[in-house]
Amino acid sequence: MTSASRLPEPYPSSGSGSNLADILERVLDKGVVIAGDIQVNLLDIELLTIKLRLIVASIDKAKEMGIDWWEDDPALSSGARRREMAAENRRLKLQLEQYENEPEEVRRDD
Amino acid sequence: MTELWYVYAVTRADTPPPKDVPGIVGGEVRAVSDGALAAVVSQVPEEDFEGAALHAHLEDFRWLEATARAHQGVVDAAFAAGCALPLRLATVYRDEEGVRRMLHTSAAEFTRALDRLDGRLEWGVKVYLDEEEEAAARKDTTAAEPADGRSYLRARLAQRQTRDDAKTRSRAFSERLHETLRHRSEAQRVLRPQDQQLAAGPGRNVFNAAYLVPADDKAFDAELRGLADSAPGLRVEITGPWPPYSFADA
Repeated sequence: MTSASRLPEPYPSSGSGSNLADILERVLDKGVVIAGDIQVNLLDIELLTIKLRLIVASIDKAKEMGIDWWEDDPALSSGARRREMAAENRRLKLQLEQYENEPEEVRRDD
Repeated sequence: MTELWYVYAVTRADTPPPKDVPGIVGGEVRAVSDGALAAVVSQVPEEDFEGAALHAHLEDFRWLEATARAHQGVVDAAFAAGCALPLRLATVYRDEEGVRRMLHTSAAEFTRALDRLDGRLEWGVKVYLDEEEEAAARKDTTAAEPADGRSYLRARLAQRQTRDDAKTRSRAFSERLHETLRHRSEAQRVLRPQDQQLAAGPGRNVFNAAYLVPADDKAFDAELRGLADSAPGLRVEITGPWPPYSFADA
């Protein structure tokens, strides 16, 4: 049987200090899939959780980009553009609320 | 309080279970064996892992992070002691008997996978397109006030051109890198690029892959780093060695 010496040295990169995205990518997306006694569709979860964060981030980003855009390019800082951004922000916020209020179906096997 | 059995990984029965590593919610990690195989398990409260509660927890990013890190910590420790097949997050059973049944039912597949992956480890390689360069390209065209519509459009075109060049360059580099590593590894998986919002460093992830390499291939690490340093204006991030997550299910 192999011993602990299989790893040349302790590896900090995949320990507790590892990038969360790398860990999530592996523990949610990879690894052996075996039906346990309690089943949950991790694909849904992953998409949901990550999407939620992306939407939150994209609202901030849209605002930031909007402000930069107007400052750097006065030719394009029309009220119409601003209204469009506001509508987009509202739409994203609505989407976010939908994500929060719509718990995905959980399949139970018991 | 009722407890469930959380399974982290499957090993051969003669691989010692990891010691001194806390399980999820601090549970004690031990092995449950059946025949030649063992499951690395710890007990977790049913109230956290029962259907609806588990679902709610998984959407709580802080809970998800703590659980994912604990899962990875135990898998890592199991892998340090011998070949270990990582199971996907949140594989739980009602009792020890359920764990044994699972080992028994899939014994042939587990044994095959353990044989295939024994003495191998996984390296993660990601290529990032340098954001500073992209930003610099943007700045060039926006710093000076465009005199008229035509020069504005011309500036925008130049900006797009720079960005396209960078994209082409990063794609060509990634293809070359993958081709080289494909010959240096036993198996490869090209993964979805990670989203920028979840990345720790700067830049946009344009290439993401995992490579399965013999643990005794000591030269691989150095070669990989050499290739990474040769990236023109690109950032290459290397992670690992990991337990063979990306190859456990093949």
